[in-house]
Amino acid sequence: MPKKIRVLIAKPGLDGHDRGAKVIARALRDAGMEVIYTGLRQTPEDIVEAAIQEDVDAIGLSCLSGAHMTLFPEVVRLLKKRKAGDIVVAGGGIIPLDDVSRLKKAGIREVFGPGTTLKDIVAFFRKAGKGA
Amino acid sequence: MAARSGGASVRGYVDAVLRGDKRAAAKLISLIEDDEPEAGEAIARVHPHTGRAHIVGFTGPPGVGKSSLINRLVRLFRARGKKVGVVAVDPTSPFTGGAVLGDRIRMAETGLDPGVFIRSMATRGHAGGLALATFDAVRVIEALGMDVVLIETVGAGQSEVEIATRAHTTVVVEMPFTGDVVQTMKAGILEIGDVYAVNKVDLGNADALVGNLKFQLEARDGWMPPIVRTCALEDRGVAELADAIVKHRSHLEATGALRRKEVDRARREILETAQRLLEQRVRATGTGKGEFEALAERVADRTLDPRTAARSLLGQRRPTAAPRARTKGHR
Repeated sequence: MPKKIRVLIAKPGLDGHDRGAKVIARALRDAGMEVIYTGLRQTPEDIVEAAIQEDVDAIGLSCLSGAHMTLFPEVVRLLKKRKAGDIVVAGGGIIPLDDVSRLKKAGIREVFGPGTTLKDIVAFFRKAGKGA
Repeated sequence: MAARSGGASVRGYVDAVLRGDKRAAAKLISLIEDDEPEAGEAIARVHPHTGRAHIVGFTGPPGVGKSSLINRLVRLFRARGKKVGVVAVDPTSPFTGGAVLGDRIRMAETGLDPGVFIRSMATRGHAGGLALATFDAVRVIEALGMDVVLIETVGAGQSEVEIATRAHTTVVVEMPFTGDVVQTMKAGILEIGDVYAVNKVDLGNADALVGNLKFQLEARDGWMPPIVRTCALEDRGVAELADAIVKHRSHLEATGALRRKEVDRARREILETAQRLLEQRVRATGTGKGEFEALAERVADRTLDPRTAARSLLGQRRPTAAPRARTKGHR
């Protein structure tokens, strides 16, 4: 059996808008991946613990509340602290362009803003799942 | 997986699991689930460290509240000082091979508890309501030191009964407004429970379902399955459900049924693995494959029947030509 790509889709912080996260989860499912969806209002600690127990290849964080500069790097920091820095982290949501480069410097592998196609996102996670 | 493991040996992982390392447990489960070459060694090393935990399966139709009840039970067992593992199984798409594993969403509040380990699994084409690797994952979780392991099957229809042959205690979860007494009379899922939970009693009309279940249930091996009314949403009836589960375990121990169940599960696991190995051999081996394909062609041509072909494949009998003359005469 070929190795399955496992992805955690999570909504960090106080943000009730999860339509986007659900669309991504569905797209990754249709691309043959196993998607663990953990729902709304998760702390970075919750997300990292779930990612470790589920042994995912990558985490997709969705944030539309504006708190991404706090929450996304915290997930990366906690992963490293748990010696799970090999898990790829990507983010998406309403993220100003100026923040994108700072997030990437903080270890967020890719940031997907409005208008990104599902095809690009699927391709990203497929690559992440192959250990790229 | 080998790339992800960073070169650590299976032995290293198992040692780490025995020290309570959750990341190692997660890695080991993936390795077994992906059927990596090291999977056999992993199971062999973990198996001696298992056998103490109470394994409880939960089954019932989609949406009756299995995950939510498990979430409540995890908190309750934790309050009673037990360490709890959960394996939650959801279906794999038969079309794409993908899956959305959404049970964890109901269990978020116990996620950070060091005495809890939750793993989601996709069925990956295995029928029966479980994944092929479900019980190997249970083994790893037992080795991690969990006292109770709760298994959530896929939202089962009427015949996903495999869990009853594997778990020590099977909890069937139902809810009101799911049909009349004839539904509860049907064979399959509604006769495998050791404990019945009628969840969502806040919806009302639970008396009808409880009555229908009572009409149907009967004692098995000296155990009369209790029916517990629960409301996971409001955390009602959960202690009663936990008590019923624990009481069933005591019953199994007192009557010797626990040992019988363990031996029965071992039998099934050995046979299942043997079947899988045999299938792999038939499909993959150099000589076998050619013969397999040739036999398939002959069966499709109606010059051989499937049973004779299978026997021949296993070296039991040479395939002979089908009795053509007779079939012709028949038509």
